[in-house]
Amino acid sequence: MSYVPNTEQNRKEMLKRIGVNEFSDLVGAIPDSILLQDELKLPLPLSELGLTKLLSQMAGLNKDASQMICFLGGGAYDHFIPAIVDHIISRSEYYTAYTPYQAEVSQGTLQTIYEFQSLICELTGMDVANASMYDGATATAEAALLAHAHTGRGEVLVAGSLNPNYRKVINTYCGSIKLKVRSLPLVEGLIDVDGAKKKLSNNVACVIIQTPNFFGLLENVKEIEPLAHSVGALLVLVCDPISLGILKTPGEYNADIATGEGQALGNNMSLGGPHLGYFACKRSLIRRMPGRIVAATTDTQGRRGFVMTLQTREQHIRRERATSNICTNEALCALSSCVYLSTMGKSGIRKVAELCLQKSHYALELISRIDGFKKRFDTPFFKEFVIETPLPAKKIIKALLKRNIFAGVDLGLFDRKLKDQLLVCVTEKRTAEEIDCLADELRKLA
Amino acid sequence: MEASVQIRDDLKYTKEHEWLKLEGDVTTVGITDYAQRELGDVVFVELPEVGTQVEQMKPFGVIEAVKAVSDLFSPVTGEITETNSKLQSQSNLINSDPYGEGWMIKVKIRDPKELDVLLSPADYRKLVGG
Repeated sequence: MSYVPNTEQNRKEMLKRIGVNEFSDLVGAIPDSILLQDELKLPLPLSELGLTKLLSQMAGLNKDASQMICFLGGGAYDHFIPAIVDHIISRSEYYTAYTPYQAEVSQGTLQTIYEFQSLICELTGMDVANASMYDGATATAEAALLAHAHTGRGEVLVAGSLNPNYRKVINTYCGSIKLKVRSLPLVEGLIDVDGAKKKLSNNVACVIIQTPNFFGLLENVKEIEPLAHSVGALLVLVCDPISLGILKTPGEYNADIATGEGQALGNNMSLGGPHLGYFACKRSLIRRMPGRIVAATTDTQGRRGFVMTLQTREQHIRRERATSNICTNEALCALSSCVYLSTMGKSGIRKVAELCLQKSHYALELISRIDGFKKRFDTPFFKEFVIETPLPAKKIIKALLKRNIFAGVDLGLFDRKLKDQLLVCVTEKRTAEEIDCLADELRKLA
Repeated sequence: MEASVQIRDDLKYTKEHEWLKLEGDVTTVGITDYAQRELGDVVFVELPEVGTQVEQMKPFGVIEAVKAVSDLFSPVTGEITETNSKLQSQSNLINSDPYGEGWMIKVKIRDPKELDVLLSPADYRKLVGG
């Protein structure tokens, strides 16, 4: 079977039409000296059996969280996923459908999106949520665009403790519309409130704060909220959704917009994606909200049904006046989160959050007693913490890989000055035995 | 049969289908019956704040119907003195009473000469083929 759709005849006709005899005439301008003279050096074709063996071998070189003791965090987390999640999302009605928004044929999918939005509202304490965004970073960048469109102001203040990858995405989004991004300085891993005061002005569209922040620490949102609002800026809070099982919600903090990464809710880390961003806001901002929104309604016979709503916000109708160019969502990932949240329930999420809190504190206690390893910060944290290491974090990570442990994230990846700092995350999945094992291995390196 | 398009004789019009009514130096602005019919059900209208300066034939707001979004153009240059707050919750007034309860903004006019370039009822009737 030929994978090339053009026949020899097709090719001749096309060449004739554009007035050349041979294909090589088209590339005649390329000097011989840089043209490939021999055949490509490719291995011989393989049988299906041979290919399957080769690819399995190659795939076997990967190490993932299912075979390792995983202390990775920094944006993607190894939380437990109940079997029911995969079971539900594997139904072909959900799994194979593409852009399943057409109300006449997609009531099931639309209802799951509606339920997802409702669950995100409950979790964040916000009025309205959309059907999901690409990931936490793009959801947060979209919040900056919304704040700019809503306030008409030209500057965005971003906490220096926001995930550095999110900051990069915000810079990319804002740079393209000449929206100025300024950083809020840190003291001991937390936003310096006095420093923030100096940067706030009536040109600030929003203040973006992550809590727990990139280092795992809880930010002093209570003090910053009134400062931001007093100059008319919107408050954007970026939260780990699992942490909302025990911590104050963005709604309780009087945030205007709540965004974050939803992967922790029933989705695998999958080497960084696909994940999903959640996006929720106050009702007054709904007309500027990016992305799809599904609403409940009644049909002509009075039956309950679900449809997309407020589409005039979106780019396919609003064109260049739209706040956002996102006219899609991460439906399958959002469905995973929806099934996860409804399976765990309020008490389940709280339990997961409590276990993360207890186990991470146990781990820090243990590690900081090892000679040469020191805890970097003294303020409250949730499930991640930073350790100062006696040798570069990179080396520790490499050494522990051989012991089937993902030791954590090397902060030197983001800032050379932090190369001796390791970001460790402990989820509910880690047992006391596994945490002890991490400590033992670190002790050997001290 | 639908009733024919209403064009009132006491108003002035723009090519973009706004109407204007002058009372002293304050003008009231809305969109025409023809415009609301073309748009269909209006679901939302975004109006400027009182005190905003608007310019002749520059956008002052946005109107959303179910399947279209359009800019609203100011017939004159001046300052917004009032907006129709009822429209926030009852945007359908633009459909049911475009020349009355569906009014949008009041503008304190800066230069009455600007009125000369606006369309008369007869000109507007020609434009929409009424």
